[in-house]
Amino acid sequence: MSEPRRPDPDELLARVQAEETRKAQGKLKVFFGAAPGVGKTYTMLEAARARRAEGVDVFVGWVETHGRRETAALLEGLEVLPRRQLSYRGTRLEEFDLDLALERRPGLVVVDELAHTNAPGSRHAKRYRDVEELLCAGVDVYTTLNVQHLDSLNDVVAQITGVIVRETVPDAALDRADEIELVDLPAEELRKRLGDGKVYIPEMAAAAAENFFREGNLIALRELALRRTAERVDAQMQRYRRDHAVRETWPTAERVLVCVGPSPYAVRLIRAARRMAARLQAEWVAVYVETSAQLHLAAADREQLERTLRLAEQLGAETATLSGGDEVEEILAYARRRNVTKLVVGKPAEPRWRTLLHGSFVERLVRGSGDIDVYVITGRTEDEERHEPTARRAHSRWPAYGFAVGTITLCTLLAAVLAEHLALANIIMLYLLGVLVVALRAGRGPAALSSVLSVAAFDFFFVPPRFTFAVGDTQYALTFAVMLAVALVIANLAARVRDQAEAARAREQRTAALYAVSRACASAGETYEVVRVAGHHLAEVFGRQVVILLPHTDGRLGEAYSGGVPFTRDPKELSVAQWCLDHGERAGLGTTTLPGSVALYLPLLVSSGCVGVIGLGPGAGPLDSERVHLLEAFANQIALAVERTNLAAEAQTALLQAETERTRSVLLSSVSHDLRTPLAAIAGASSTLLRNPASLPAETRRDLLQSINDQAERLNRFIGNLLDMTRLEAGAIVLRREWQPVEEVVGAALGQVEGRLAGREVETSVPAALPLVAIDASLVAQALVNLLDNALKYTPAGSPIEIAARVEADALVLEVGDRGPGLAAGEEQRVFEKFYRRAPENGQPGAGLGLAIARAVAVAHGGRITAANRSGGGAVFSLTLPLGGPPPEIRAEGPAATAREAGRTEG
Amino acid sequence: MVSAEPLVLIVDDEAPIRRFLRASLVGERCRVAEAANAAEALEKAASQRPDVIVLDLGLPDRDGIAVIRDLREWSQVPIVVLSVRDREADKVTALEAGADDYLTKPFGVGELLARLRVALRHASVAGSGDEEPAFTVGDLRVDLARRQVFVAAREVRLTPIEYKLLAVLVKNAGKVLTHRQLLHQVWGPEYGDENHYVRVYVAQLRHKLEADPARPHYLRTEPGVGYRLVSE
Repeated sequence: MSEPRRPDPDELLARVQAEETRKAQGKLKVFFGAAPGVGKTYTMLEAARARRAEGVDVFVGWVETHGRRETAALLEGLEVLPRRQLSYRGTRLEEFDLDLALERRPGLVVVDELAHTNAPGSRHAKRYRDVEELLCAGVDVYTTLNVQHLDSLNDVVAQITGVIVRETVPDAALDRADEIELVDLPAEELRKRLGDGKVYIPEMAAAAAENFFREGNLIALRELALRRTAERVDAQMQRYRRDHAVRETWPTAERVLVCVGPSPYAVRLIRAARRMAARLQAEWVAVYVETSAQLHLAAADREQLERTLRLAEQLGAETATLSGGDEVEEILAYARRRNVTKLVVGKPAEPRWRTLLHGSFVERLVRGSGDIDVYVITGRTEDEERHEPTARRAHSRWPAYGFAVGTITLCTLLAAVLAEHLALANIIMLYLLGVLVVALRAGRGPAALSSVLSVAAFDFFFVPPRFTFAVGDTQYALTFAVMLAVALVIANLAARVRDQAEAARAREQRTAALYAVSRACASAGETYEVVRVAGHHLAEVFGRQVVILLPHTDGRLGEAYSGGVPFTRDPKELSVAQWCLDHGERAGLGTTTLPGSVALYLPLLVSSGCVGVIGLGPGAGPLDSERVHLLEAFANQIALAVERTNLAAEAQTALLQAETERTRSVLLSSVSHDLRTPLAAIAGASSTLLRNPASLPAETRRDLLQSINDQAERLNRFIGNLLDMTRLEAGAIVLRREWQPVEEVVGAALGQVEGRLAGREVETSVPAALPLVAIDASLVAQALVNLLDNALKYTPAGSPIEIAARVEADALVLEVGDRGPGLAAGEEQRVFEKFYRRAPENGQPGAGLGLAIARAVAVAHGGRITAANRSGGGAVFSLTLPLGGPPPEIRAEGPAATAREAGRTEG
Repeated sequence: MVSAEPLVLIVDDEAPIRRFLRASLVGERCRVAEAANAAEALEKAASQRPDVIVLDLGLPDRDGIAVIRDLREWSQVPIVVLSVRDREADKVTALEAGADDYLTKPFGVGELLARLRVALRHASVAGSGDEEPAFTVGDLRVDLARRQVFVAAREVRLTPIEYKLLAVLVKNAGKVLTHRQLLHQVWGPEYGDENHYVRVYVAQLRHKLEADPARPHYLRTEPGVGYRLVSE
């Protein structure tokens, strides 16, 4: 033995993760038996009672007592879940109520008969899927299973007993069990129990004893069950050793490859391969080779193939579809690439002539296999009688054959016209050309027909004696044979080229569609865009209605894309989609989950989970595996794109939050500074006055009092600004637009700053001819006040300030100019930001809100505000406001008079 | 004019406000009564018959506007509103409910005393029944009896509406009048919301009366509320 090796860390990690998830999940215990009547249900109920005695919240989800009294007695005292009532085609059916169980959520549920097939209309087609869901929800499950229901042993059992069991469970369902308890009973005793009527009621028991319960059968079944359990124990042992790194027990790197076709025998191959792989502890792969000739598989064959591959997947295989011209070459190339050690193939039913011509498929495979073992398995299955030969080509080929006949006729006519000038050899060439054309245009069959026709026509029309099939010279027999052979080879080669071209074209189309979607998805910046583009492409490629659903923040799905009225408007369909999202598994039409729905739902899976669901609506014909695979490829692309845009949106939100956070902290620090500074001055001055009212000189007292007064005013202005800003930002201010004379607004603003002007020169230039403007006078006046305050604050004392108003186009422009130091480069925009502060000229710091308010006022009016440096020094702030339409008319009045004259005319 | 020491009723729920108002008013030779809520205010207004009421709008038991309306049902006592509500709409509501003037908190005592003086003077004029024949402020003189207007001794020619508008302002000199009040008194009650008439005529008056119409000295604008003709 090689030196002891520690477990591979990656594998260890994977195992730890798997265990973690399993811990969160419920535990599954399977009571496994060889045949009905061995006492599985009984043992299970006993175990359940024991658990209940331990204090576990146990209840019975579904138990079938088959009228056995001892079993029914065990049910007493256990809580039994009411069964779900369904009606299907007029019959009332009872089923296990999964939803109720999930709602009730006990510690342990007892669900009998894992292999049961649910009635149509249930959520899952099979009961084992119900059980999976229970386990996912963290509920422990006890269940029972007979060996003949196990998928991989199904056909073995059928061979032994002659009874075909249709209710099967994938081996994976048993493999995932945390515990398997074999309920064993010797065949002799079982037959005795049957005879005593403990298994079936007497009438049924008699028939059963003759068939299924023959002693030989029971012994064989018992052996199967024991072996299956032993295999599992073995696997556990190996895992234990691996976990504890006891010794190197890695299985040799075996890999099994099974080749399947559309034949129903393939199922048998799959099961055989699975058994072989399980025994070898090897990975296994199921492949289907799509040769050019098989591009036109009939729908029924395609479905059969699809079923086979799905079964393989359920049994744990990897599946692949290869394509190429030659099956044998493709299989061997793939096998070498994947380091396959064992190859499982069926014994094909090939026509004898074909075997002679090409060598049999198996022979060629064996010849080329080198060190790969090849296992050939004969097939006879339960489905044999069901299988009907299906038409290879679904659509009519008659026009193609007509084309073949026409072409050869044309060749004959041409040859007849030219017969005088042509040697017979050249006429043959003409015919071969015809065959080539037919092969390229119409395919293999018509080409073969044309080959035969051309030989016949050549003989009849041109070989002397003409117009008879009789031949003068026996040499011609060779000519005909060679001609036919050449024509057939040409036909075959040309048809193959054509088929390959067709296959390539089909593939090309798919690739192009995929490429288009991935490119469109990559360039889409937002989720809704991705979904729109992808949905559009999908609908085009599949020719069906496509609905893409994305979850809202609360996890409920909503349609993000749909061509036309989405079929998910139907709450039933939506719930299928929701299930697909919640479980990250496909559901709906053509799947085993809720197959009754009209559409197929595929989850959009990414590493972090499921980001959405694609629904493919009903359309003509079934969705074959190829198209489902294509849809999956699309789903992957879309999922990645959606995840990308989701992440981008999250990043954007985070950025916005950070920005808001920054603004908030600036606001808080600014507000606390601007509130506390004047308060500190007031508190300081007033406390000084209170402490020494008498000792302070009168002048100092006056100073302090003045300071209190000034700072209170400053505080008041700041709070006013803060309130204005808040109202403007909250949108709480409704503009009260009224027709205003510009002069009055300017005057009102000047009136408000008058106290702060301190002898500054303010030059106003407001032409009397300006029209009335529809503005909110108090807001605009406030904006002007803030601009004036700004000018006062940032320019040297005594420097002039100018206010000018004019009309430009449809807007009123109000300008406040100063002769101060002007704006620093790059400040033109930033001065309007909230809490932006410039170095003040007069030492009076501001809150940095005034200009922001001015801008908010401009914006509220649909106008704008700009700042710039002016020629000759200083800055100019321009407030541009729309005029608000033509001003209203003022009814004219008589000419002015002195008041007394006016009074007289009145009186 | 007024009795030597007018009685001022201070209605405010904030004791510090009442305290400093009392201090400054007593210093100005006024008598002071206090009320901390609307009920007390109405009771004292009826029982003590104050010469002027200083009213805070934010009272604990009722809204100040309602108090104004109640008072106006039986009394013409001048009311000066003090409030932290600084929105124009609030001021207009208070004035149109019958308040004589409006001051936003915080305010200077000088300002309040000026408003109280104006209010008391108007009350006494209204009470005595005879209007002052001539109004003079700065260079502006309006002779209501003779319907003459002078600026620096030069007579100004006014249109009838301009004169009527000026006359209304003169009769309420020192008080703020809302656009609607002016519109109703000058143009008549059928004029509803055409406030721009008032603005246009005020602008015309300013061009005739003011040295710099863009920086009016006599005809002051109360932004969003109305106009006030300065009286001192």
